[in-house]
Amino acid sequence: MSFINWVDERFPATKVWNEHLAEYYAPKNFNFWYFFGSLAMLMLVNQILTGVWLAMSYKPDADLAFGSVEYIMRDVNWGWLIRYMHSTGASFFFIVIYLHMFRGIMYGSYKGPRELLWIIGMIIYVAMMATAFMGYLLPWGQMSFWGAQVIVNLFTAVPFIGEELGVFIRGDFVISDVTLNRFFALHFLLPFVLAALVFVHIVALHKVGSNNPDGIEIKKNKDENGIPRDGIPFHPYYSVKDIMGVVGFLIIFSLVLFFSPEMGGYFIEHPNFVPANPLQTPEHIAPVWYFTPYYAILRAVPSMMGSAFPGVVAMGAAIVCFFFLPWLDKSPVKSMRYKGPIQKVALGIFVVCFIILGILGTLPTTAGRMLLAQVCTTLYFAYFLLMPWYSKIDSTKPVPERLT
Amino acid sequence: MKKLIIALMLFATPMLSMGSSGAHLDDANIDLGDKESLQRGFKYFVNYCLSCHSAKYQRFERTANDLGLSADDVKQNLMFTTDKIGGTMDIALNPVEATGYFGVTPPDLSVITRARGSDWVYTYLRSFYLDDGKSTGVNNVVFPDVGMPHVLWELQGWQEARFKKDEHGQMKFEKFELVKAGSMSTEEFDGAMHDLVNFMTYLGDPSRVEREALGVKVILFLLVLFVLSYLLKKEYWKDIH
Repeated sequence: MSFINWVDERFPATKVWNEHLAEYYAPKNFNFWYFFGSLAMLMLVNQILTGVWLAMSYKPDADLAFGSVEYIMRDVNWGWLIRYMHSTGASFFFIVIYLHMFRGIMYGSYKGPRELLWIIGMIIYVAMMATAFMGYLLPWGQMSFWGAQVIVNLFTAVPFIGEELGVFIRGDFVISDVTLNRFFALHFLLPFVLAALVFVHIVALHKVGSNNPDGIEIKKNKDENGIPRDGIPFHPYYSVKDIMGVVGFLIIFSLVLFFSPEMGGYFIEHPNFVPANPLQTPEHIAPVWYFTPYYAILRAVPSMMGSAFPGVVAMGAAIVCFFFLPWLDKSPVKSMRYKGPIQKVALGIFVVCFIILGILGTLPTTAGRMLLAQVCTTLYFAYFLLMPWYSKIDSTKPVPERLT
Repeated sequence: MKKLIIALMLFATPMLSMGSSGAHLDDANIDLGDKESLQRGFKYFVNYCLSCHSAKYQRFERTANDLGLSADDVKQNLMFTTDKIGGTMDIALNPVEATGYFGVTPPDLSVITRARGSDWVYTYLRSFYLDDGKSTGVNNVVFPDVGMPHVLWELQGWQEARFKKDEHGQMKFEKFELVKAGSMSTEEFDGAMHDLVNFMTYLGDPSRVEREALGVKVILFLLVLFVLSYLLKKEYWKDIH
């Protein structure tokens, strides 16, 4: 009896291997956009591993935090590499996730039977934003401090309970040592919650099967052995393909990591090299780039009756909209390939607006920029709210029986 | 589709690096490979900066090693505040007293070039001008009303600034006029400030030279690995149509 038999009698090793890799049938026509799922997992592992090693030298103390980061950068062996892998990794994690989400929207991967898969993914995205937000406080630079101050202050705009809510989050009346300590604790915990959510995401994926650029269900066309005719085993076909994707990705990742880790002030903001000073507000406070589209939406909505709450609601709604995509899209076809011109144009406008809002969110406001942000915010919400109408009246091309 | 990726990449690239006062900044021409310039900059740094400003995250020994100086050299000529080569570049000035002298605590300079930018520091150090209205006797074009006195006057001399009204009636800086020469000519002083800022840029991220050298190797390795992984993929996929 071999070792693997001994294990299999006690743990379903071969069964799991076959069900999820060697005999998991994926559509054979995955294109470029299908690299980003595995790359997102790579980035999560990168963040967890480098994060654990950073935590071995980092000090979550308002007096010591800034210095401990410089200690890692200068005195810890390979500390600079671990730190830059973590800081560059955070931004690349978001780049990968945004492209992964765009793929899902483009090919209708949220549509039935994959509604839950999409919602679990959105929960991952929200958890990721919370993790990134708390992590950004830890270097305890000016932007860490004031960025956190601005974001936590959003919660204080909630009517009636706002003030108490702010104190509850910070543990103090301002961002302080107490806040730094709890954010560090949560920043360490959340990635493991993320890992668990990713596991659930993949369980759901393997239940319904992967969508593909044609948006055709390969399970509807099986051969006599019950194997989809257009499916190929994930391993070895997609494992070798994903290795290639990982190496290609790492080249781009390394270019930034080794030659421009600050990315001109977008991945690590310049004011964050000044230690946090509660008495000195920076001239211009901007969140890190991956939050700026929502920040621009927040600023675009005018205050009502002296309360910034409407802007906060709009910002929240901008994220919540994604959750409802499976039910907003009334098109009979999944993939953009077979949808009509209206939906293609709508998606194009949405992407352009998202990018413009992202750029505006990094800049100080002027009257002209404010107007542009308001137009983009309107179009952003129109993309979602009008979808039940325009996706229904749009023309479609006939969807083929088999993958192309 | 490819266009969208390019758009997303552009979104994440630098657009403008801004100086806080909006003044025109001169190019500091940073060259971290120029060890002699870094060594001269180190000398200016400990002589002119490191009595009021600290660089408390950096160690003398690390600096000596990176700049190709011997520990003895550094100990004898460049260390005034500590006698331990493994010590950090800290200073004896008490922050509370310092606030009494200057109105503010002189900031630590370990990462100042990363916060302000090398060009900013280079231009700032060369932009002090005489101003009777200030307790230090000087003001600065790049950092108006700065609390720092013109520490480098012996080298640069004293200069006056000429302003003229622009179309909105705002006073705008036009040029400097040297009214009392220092021990250096303008070119020599600019060169010295280049060395100093070059050193301070090194100080901001001392592993940068090592990082970029390693980066080249990593990317060459990945390029080879990419070709191999592409060939492996092609071999496996040849029967999939």
